[in-house]
Amino acid sequence: MPENISIRIDGEYVAAQEGQTILEVARAGGKYIPTLCWLAGTSSVGACRLCIVEVSGVGRLLPACTTPVQDGMSVTTTSEKLTQYRRIAIEFLFSERNHVCAVCVSNNHCELQAMAQKLGVTSVRYPYAYPKLGVDVSHPRYVLDHNRCILCTRCVRVCTEVEGAHVWDVSGRGIRSMIVCDMNRPWAQASSCTNCGKCVQVCPTGALAEKGFAVDEMVKQDHNMTRLTARRGGHS
Amino acid sequence: MKKVRLATVWLDGCSGCHMSLLDIDEAILAIAKRVDVVYGPLVDAQEFPKAVDVTLIEGAVSSQDDLEKVHTIRRWSKLVVALGDCAVTGNVPSMRNSHPARKMLERIYVEGVQTNRGVPVDGVPALLRQAVPVHEVIKVDLHIPGCPPAPASIAYALGELLEGRMPDLASKVKFG
Repeated sequence: MPENISIRIDGEYVAAQEGQTILEVARAGGKYIPTLCWLAGTSSVGACRLCIVEVSGVGRLLPACTTPVQDGMSVTTTSEKLTQYRRIAIEFLFSERNHVCAVCVSNNHCELQAMAQKLGVTSVRYPYAYPKLGVDVSHPRYVLDHNRCILCTRCVRVCTEVEGAHVWDVSGRGIRSMIVCDMNRPWAQASSCTNCGKCVQVCPTGALAEKGFAVDEMVKQDHNMTRLTARRGGHS
Repeated sequence: MKKVRLATVWLDGCSGCHMSLLDIDEAILAIAKRVDVVYGPLVDAQEFPKAVDVTLIEGAVSSQDDLEKVHTIRRWSKLVVALGDCAVTGNVPSMRNSHPARKMLERIYVEGVQTNRGVPVDGVPALLRQAVPVHEVIKVDLHIPGCPPAPASIAYALGELLEGRMPDLASKVKFG
């Protein structure tokens, strides 16, 4: 039986259990913490840094999705400083790849675009990297466009942990990190892929999309995923 | 009341932002009464005037001509507004940036056509290496993203600027 503990979130005392993350406890208490890479029912990786929070006594900001609660912990989820750093995280994501919302299949249905709006990002203060990246159109039904990828690894986790196929992985390091398929082969040649499409539906941007859609048309159908992951004990 | 001197500029964009500016319905009447449009595609002025209160820039900075224009604009404008995604993010014009400009021109004007092959050079400004957002070249005072920005956002922003306030567009506008 996990031990019951008590922490403070934005000054309020909240009951929690040992082993829970700050994000889980905050959500259960009705607190909103922005997330992008977090996906219900899969492991948390702290990739996007949007869920950063202040923990008193700790000098740096911690991701709420991967930080376990401790008895007596005092957490701040909203502050001027956090908004600043969350905006910076979003701006880095935009500057790293070639996100052109106006011509994207996921325009108006994109979690990155929506999060930028929600956080009040109206421009990117860092120079854009304009990397030269490929698009994998080999799969008969789906497309992988690296230009729109934010390396959240939702596809990697849903494929490994929910579908059990482990087609996706991350190759390279730092700015050279790329999502790869079956030891870096074209998607169509990935013999472990079951063509289930879970990766496509949970992708927050237009990086993974179904073929045959034009600008604005790719609405992700993640409700089936929500059902599946809820059965695995995930929060939806 | 003294009229506000307003300039609009069309760099590497599709003019959609200017269309959106004209699409603000009856709000344009109130704004028109209070501004003098001193430069831009909507009026005849050939040279950028020396004292401008507000300049709206549509489009990315993509050519040598754009580059010279934005420096002139900054020099003579009190407030510079980046209007629309091309001016704010580079948007579609910046999609050429991961390829050399010369290769792109050859692909279009030499490999891509059957007759009159050749990259145009007479009467057209040289392309810069990359098409970049305005704020990578000059200081921008306000960003209004959108492709195009919603007429309501433009009307709101102009309304606030005419009242002497800096509009707070956070969460009111979006990319794309």
